[in-house]
Amino acid sequence: MTERVRLLRERSAGAEPSINAERARLITGFYRENDGAHATPVMRALAFRHLCENKTIFIDPDDLIVGERGPEPKATPTYPELTCHSIEDLRILDSREKTSYAVADDVIETYEREIIPFWKGRSLRDRMFGLLPEHWKDAYDAGIFTEFMEQRAPGHTVADGKLYETGMLDFKADIATALQRLGPEQGDAPERLGKEQPDAPEQADATEQAQSDARNPLGLSPRELREHRCEQLRAMDIVADAVIVFAERHATLAAEMAANESDAGRRDGLKLVSETCARVPAHAPRSFHEALQTYWFCHLAVITELNGWDAFNPGHLDQHLQPFYERGLADGSLTRERAKELLECFFIKFNNHLAPPKVGVTAAESGTYTDFANINIGGLKRDGSDGTSDVSFLILEVVDELHTLQPSQNVQVSRKMPDEFLREACRVVRKGYGYPSVFNADMVVEELLRQGKTVEDAREGGTSGCVETGAFGKEAYILTGYFNLPKVLELALNDGVDPRTGKRLGPSTGDAAGFESFDELVGAFGTQLHHFLEIKLWGNDIIERLYAEEMPAPFLSLITSDCIAHGLDYNEGGARYNTSYIQGVGIGTITDSLAAVRNHVFQYGAVAMGELTDALSRNFEGAEHLRALLLNRSPKWGNDDDQADELMKVVFDAFFRAVDGRPNVRGGEYHIDMLPTTCHIYFGSVTGATADGRRAGAPLSEGISPVQGADRKGPTAVLRSAGKMDQVRTGGTLLNMKFSPEALSEERDLDNLAGLIRGYFRLGGHHMQFNVVSAATLRDAQAHPESHRDLLVRVAGYSDYFCDISRELQDEIISRTEQGDTV
Amino acid sequence: MTGTCFNIQRYSVHDGPGIRTTVFLKGCPLSCTWCHNPEGMSRELELIVVQDRCVGCGACVEVCPNPPVVDPGGRSVTDRRSCLRCGSCVDVCVAGARRLVGQPMTVEELLAEIERDRAFYEESGGGVTFSGGEPFEQHEFLLACLRVCRERGLHTAVDTSGYAPRDVILEAATLTDLFLYDLKLLDEARHRELVGVPLAPVLENLHALDEAGAEIWIRFPLIPGVTDSMDNVNALGRKVASLRTRRVHLLPFHRTAADKYARIERAWEHAGLEDVAEDRVKEAAEALGAMGLDVRIGG
Repeated sequence: MTERVRLLRERSAGAEPSINAERARLITGFYRENDGAHATPVMRALAFRHLCENKTIFIDPDDLIVGERGPEPKATPTYPELTCHSIEDLRILDSREKTSYAVADDVIETYEREIIPFWKGRSLRDRMFGLLPEHWKDAYDAGIFTEFMEQRAPGHTVADGKLYETGMLDFKADIATALQRLGPEQGDAPERLGKEQPDAPEQADATEQAQSDARNPLGLSPRELREHRCEQLRAMDIVADAVIVFAERHATLAAEMAANESDAGRRDGLKLVSETCARVPAHAPRSFHEALQTYWFCHLAVITELNGWDAFNPGHLDQHLQPFYERGLADGSLTRERAKELLECFFIKFNNHLAPPKVGVTAAESGTYTDFANINIGGLKRDGSDGTSDVSFLILEVVDELHTLQPSQNVQVSRKMPDEFLREACRVVRKGYGYPSVFNADMVVEELLRQGKTVEDAREGGTSGCVETGAFGKEAYILTGYFNLPKVLELALNDGVDPRTGKRLGPSTGDAAGFESFDELVGAFGTQLHHFLEIKLWGNDIIERLYAEEMPAPFLSLITSDCIAHGLDYNEGGARYNTSYIQGVGIGTITDSLAAVRNHVFQYGAVAMGELTDALSRNFEGAEHLRALLLNRSPKWGNDDDQADELMKVVFDAFFRAVDGRPNVRGGEYHIDMLPTTCHIYFGSVTGATADGRRAGAPLSEGISPVQGADRKGPTAVLRSAGKMDQVRTGGTLLNMKFSPEALSEERDLDNLAGLIRGYFRLGGHHMQFNVVSAATLRDAQAHPESHRDLLVRVAGYSDYFCDISRELQDEIISRTEQGDTV
Repeated sequence: MTGTCFNIQRYSVHDGPGIRTTVFLKGCPLSCTWCHNPEGMSRELELIVVQDRCVGCGACVEVCPNPPVVDPGGRSVTDRRSCLRCGSCVDVCVAGARRLVGQPMTVEELLAEIERDRAFYEESGGGVTFSGGEPFEQHEFLLACLRVCRERGLHTAVDTSGYAPRDVILEAATLTDLFLYDLKLLDEARHRELVGVPLAPVLENLHALDEAGAEIWIRFPLIPGVTDSMDNVNALGRKVASLRTRRVHLLPFHRTAADKYARIERAWEHAGLEDVAEDRVKEAAEALGAMGLDVRIGG
């Protein structure tokens, strides 16, 4: 690590997380003066330009890659036009024990005086809740599902390689061409557009296709549609200019700082920064340095425009950088060491950018600082060849050397990836940072193909956020909410009434005590499942339409194919592919619960259904014997036991059939994911005792992992069970494994770990991630957090500081089965 | 044909190369005092009781036909001399604290279990290890299993004490890919005393296998005060140095077996023994290495 990197890393680690009101103030001021003066897309674009022109620019004298979303590292802006923090929210954020954000008095004052009065009742979230029907709110309050877009904008997306080939000026030229095509003589009859493209031989096939299908998700008249597309294109043009201005402001400041800098090394660095920012992103990058800076400006633009989920993500960073790297080494302008230093400066930028904190009740809960940028390493190239290169090795070295909280990274393991690289990745896994996670690149391609992507687009895709599959740079794939599968079974066991509140939420599916067969229970579950998914989809339609109409994202659209060609925004179906996901949670808990019921009630008659539901409603009080039976003598998911695993398939199929292929409002389709992030804790807290022996309020199983401690046959049995899920029909599944450090201590253990990974992927697995830390260490960290501040653990699709996560989540991680020597 | 196992251990990574399933065949002619698989000594069914799991419900006491397990203060204790191994107590144990091991299994049933992890064997260069007990105690079953594994392209290893008929061992050599061959004490008298059988056939079989060109990894358990004297280490080194094979795995003693003795409610004379000191392991490894042997620590 160079001295420069050491200093930057230290400053990043030491920076205090805070809430900063500058963005809120600028946005509010702009809206106050201009509201109603422009069509929505142009209004959003001008507001963005206002931010680029006026926000405080920050450059650390040691920076090589520059740009901060706030006025300094970890100063986190707010997005009141989407969701406006109350004074109480701010005070909670400031004072909560974990993952707090400092809120200065003048921020409170600004909020009280300017921000809240303007946005109250006007922010998107306020209006959203006014539009959602009562039964949606009831199900939401009961914890049957969550809603992603009530706090943060759709995002979840990833850059592809076009950023490194296309400068902002090139994007502007594309916009000009698209606008020309929409000229009045042709634009009046959009249905004719497809036949009339005589003067664009240079356009790619996909773009022509996009131009011709004249999407109209909002159902506008031909005249309105043409006008709407013109507005969207003008908006994209404005934001392209705005980002150039933003970069130029950095160029100017860096030049000024260089002029006043006495240290020669810093002066040279600042000069280089200034030259770089004067060139990119207006023009396409020419060097490794320019490539990184180009991405970073685009990243900042995306996360400044809106607070989209999962920030933004460079995707296949090694593949994108490789040509610049090779060229630099060949012509002598770059060395491996310099490339590493630049990459480290780049990584530290991610670490400076925390997740924008939420509002409302959730502000009181402990969250995470992580904003889910998840860099892909390896994978496949567009032509199907192996994507691993020396840059991939370099990134692994950077990950190991820096081990900062952000960004996350994952290795996309294809059949073609050399064993040598996988072994090096396992070597970093063994360090116990919780990253990199590993993905099955061949399976990711297969998943995307099933969803209808072309094979090239699929190979250029990968995974982002936690585990979500997407066609990078060409797809708006949006997670809409978690779905609590065990809670739905609870309702099926209680005739549609939530036992926690006594409120009827679902249809009456009969008194479970009267069920004469297991199939009757499965039928009742299916009925309840459909009922609540219909409610969820109904709500999603309302919310997606709201974003489509009122919260366009012109910058994200600019860089996502084929928004320019369609003249439509990312949030209204402008992207080449438009997917909405619903994420199933608790598959382990519900599988084990069903297995226990089938086994003990219907197969062996050890307990009557009425007696079982009675015990569940009493949280097993006075029924410890029954609880022990359910817990210890039932088939359990994760043991390669078909008696349990086939019930997983029943639930999975029911969930899949109810969701997959349903249309969303953006002209795309719904698919399912199986991941929880930390929602299995919340969902567990609202779900009563379950028939697998779990007590009321305890966490549900996470991802597609077995119930904590239920897997007793070692890691291969877990992977075999997980492999029985037809994961190609998902857009991502999450599997956690915990190893004791001793189990990975020897060199050959790395080969066996690689063998486990390859074996699981051969069985059709999508993803695995590892915690390599002993339960004893974790317990010690609970007792003495002060001596374990830097202990990273894998939570869901990301790593977090163990001491920053809630006690419940800490306990849950400790209770996960530790794989190791079972001599 | 059927055989009896007392455990089928998946993700076994210390009994040969790669990820393996280790099949522990029941029954052993030896009586090593330090044995860490005591439930594998007898060919008979064995009742295993994990006391930590017992919830003290007393169901086993009620159901036991002859004579009852007793329940002093909430925890059941089985009278092993009169236990019929009928499994009644296992059926009613809601805690899952009781298990009966050693039911007969056909070759096909065992292979079905083995096949479950084929993907992992193939991706890691692993396979199946037949251990025990002494696997040659059930040599017909063992050879049948080895034959089927070979037909199906599964890598196999046999973990043996070497105390078995010569012809059987040599036949196995034509069917398996690797022997994990235990050498414990190189002094005939000490061997008879502490292992319970003569040493000579063990060494003769080893030479025969070596001459037949079998792949052999020697496994040498380092038991404090029993096998870890430098005299014994050096004698072992000299013996192995006279062979074609060079690979020796040192298996340092660990106390984890104490649990297993508790589970079959049997006393263990080494219960008080400390884990072997790291220095001792290092010293032995260096001595053997100096004789030109390829020494590995662990299985």
